[in-house]
Amino acid sequence: MSARILSCSISLASRPVFSSVIKSKLVSFSSSALIKARSFVSSTPALHGHVHKPKPGEEINVTFITKDGEQIPVQVAEGDNLLDIAQANNLDMEGACGGSCACSTCHVIVDPDFYEKLEEPDDDENDMLDLAFGLTETSRLGCQIIMKKEYDGIRIALPAMTRNLQVSDFDRR
Amino acid sequence: MTAELGRRIVQPILSSTRCFKRVYSDGIKGSNLKIAVVGSGPAGFYTAYRAMTLLPGCKVDLYESFPIPFGLARFGVAPDHPEVKNCQEKFEEVARSPNFRFVGNVKVGEDVSLNALTENYNSLVFAYGASIDRELGIPGENLDGVYSAKDFVGWYNGFPQCFNLNPLLSDSENAVIIGQGNVALDVARILLTPVDDLRKTDISEHALEQLSRSRVKNVKIVGRRGLLQSAFTNKEVRELFSLKNCSFVPLEDKYIRDYRKDLSSLKRQSKRLVDLIDKYTKPDSMPLPKKWSLEYLKSPLEFLPSNKNSSRVGSTIFEENILTEDKITGSFRALGSGSTVTMDSDIALRSIGYKSTPLTGFSDIGVQFNDKRGILVNEAGRVCGGSELKPIPGFYTAGWLKNGPTGVIAFTMGDSFDTAENLVQDYNLGILDLSPKLGFDGIKNAIKSRVVSWEDWEKIDKFEKANGAKLGKPREKFISTEQMLNVLG
Repeated sequence: MSARILSCSISLASRPVFSSVIKSKLVSFSSSALIKARSFVSSTPALHGHVHKPKPGEEINVTFITKDGEQIPVQVAEGDNLLDIAQANNLDMEGACGGSCACSTCHVIVDPDFYEKLEEPDDDENDMLDLAFGLTETSRLGCQIIMKKEYDGIRIALPAMTRNLQVSDFDRR
Repeated sequence: MTAELGRRIVQPILSSTRCFKRVYSDGIKGSNLKIAVVGSGPAGFYTAYRAMTLLPGCKVDLYESFPIPFGLARFGVAPDHPEVKNCQEKFEEVARSPNFRFVGNVKVGEDVSLNALTENYNSLVFAYGASIDRELGIPGENLDGVYSAKDFVGWYNGFPQCFNLNPLLSDSENAVIIGQGNVALDVARILLTPVDDLRKTDISEHALEQLSRSRVKNVKIVGRRGLLQSAFTNKEVRELFSLKNCSFVPLEDKYIRDYRKDLSSLKRQSKRLVDLIDKYTKPDSMPLPKKWSLEYLKSPLEFLPSNKNSSRVGSTIFEENILTEDKITGSFRALGSGSTVTMDSDIALRSIGYKSTPLTGFSDIGVQFNDKRGILVNEAGRVCGGSELKPIPGFYTAGWLKNGPTGVIAFTMGDSFDTAENLVQDYNLGILDLSPKLGFDGIKNAIKSRVVSWEDWEKIDKFEKANGAKLGKPREKFISTEQMLNVLG
């Protein structure tokens, strides 16, 4: 376990997930139909994430990079947190403790170019990051990152939530 | 990109319509699959959730031996950690799916046979956890005042078999806890927290009443290996540091000084632990009414009776250990040094881990249980059996039964997703028996107990919340199966 974590603690600057340029057209912020689509329970839409619609001209651009390398650009409002944003956009991010900084299921890897702009994690968050799987130098908890204008253009990688071996894992072992 | 994103998002909507009919003859993907999950704790629910997400047509019936769901999220998580129980919101969302059924108050192996389950489902997932605690196996373990931390946790969390533990707190000053996992720290924190701070939690009333008369003021938490082998997480130890009216007895320098020299070589968690201990060590501060300490490199040899009462524990003898590193595996072992130390202990709690037990009928269905480790033999959640001990398609396991009793809920979540993904992979590969099965309908008449449905649980839940509201608490748990069933009429 520890060896695995150490092996992941390489500098993210060299990671391909952050190196490619996003050329795609921005897809606008989720609609209620999309929120509904996320839940497999047809009768009860998953209304996690009380996200706000950004005011015209005040949109903050965030690009999520899924564990498969897919880039998902979204426009979000100041004050919303990344867990709520990810869930409102049907991204594969769990918030087992409901965004109360009591678990590590919303672990994200932050674009190294933006990591220093974020406020430092507090002790509570650090306690949970201790337990995050595949921790990196720029790991954070999504529920603790509250969007600000300065973060416009930030890229956020979603780590694999599960540890099933992929073919590529064998190269690293 | 836009089109691709659109497809990604639209897929879940389409999957519930006829669009997939050409690909899957039964309509929705997974609709020819009926899964029984045994155990409704986090492992059972998270496995069900992942399987139902990946195969929107599959049906999951979740069997639970108690009339109430959630396993250790209800009975294990400490009452002063309500935020950890928020995972239940996700489980409730899962339970509202029309493809999900809760089958409560049914003990698999007793009220219904394992053979009946295998006949009526395409796949079984065992996620019933670890229900017995490990014993030390040393003299004096049966003295009054020696408890298992599992029972103590069950006592304050309203576990049905534990409400009459009546721990001897009112005439005890010194408590010794053997083991240093998060359960040990939970027990220490409950013993040391001012009782009024617990009144607004869902801690059971009988425990509150007895804790209010507790005279415990000195808690030692003892581990057999060294500081960096401590099994607790930093969150839990920091909570102890932050307790009101309670001081941390400075850690003996010999346990920490070597690590300070080379902090940068330690892994993150260990480095933070050393920093935390130094930050919270205040040797010159005013003594507070209660104190706690971390003790290392000591293995218990014997519990001795007290001078006043020969049936009651009074002290614990420990052998001091030397830490040795296995250079090949990097693991650390404690070797006895021969010298001993005695600690006053008016009560002693052993907290050295849990074990699963096999279900009646495992041999009938050909799966292998490892008695020594207390787990179901498995490869990444695929249960093994047969003479070659190979994975048997259709049988899976998750949680503590799969891995042994470690890991916080976040770990169990990811790990249960692994199990579910392997089940789905086997489904996709076509190695599951997908012949039509009746599921619950095929066995409901054979079940010997009164089945508790999700709607029944919601009724019990409402009663517990109402009983809690009268006391200014989020919930007052029923402490027996009878009480739970009584409200259902």
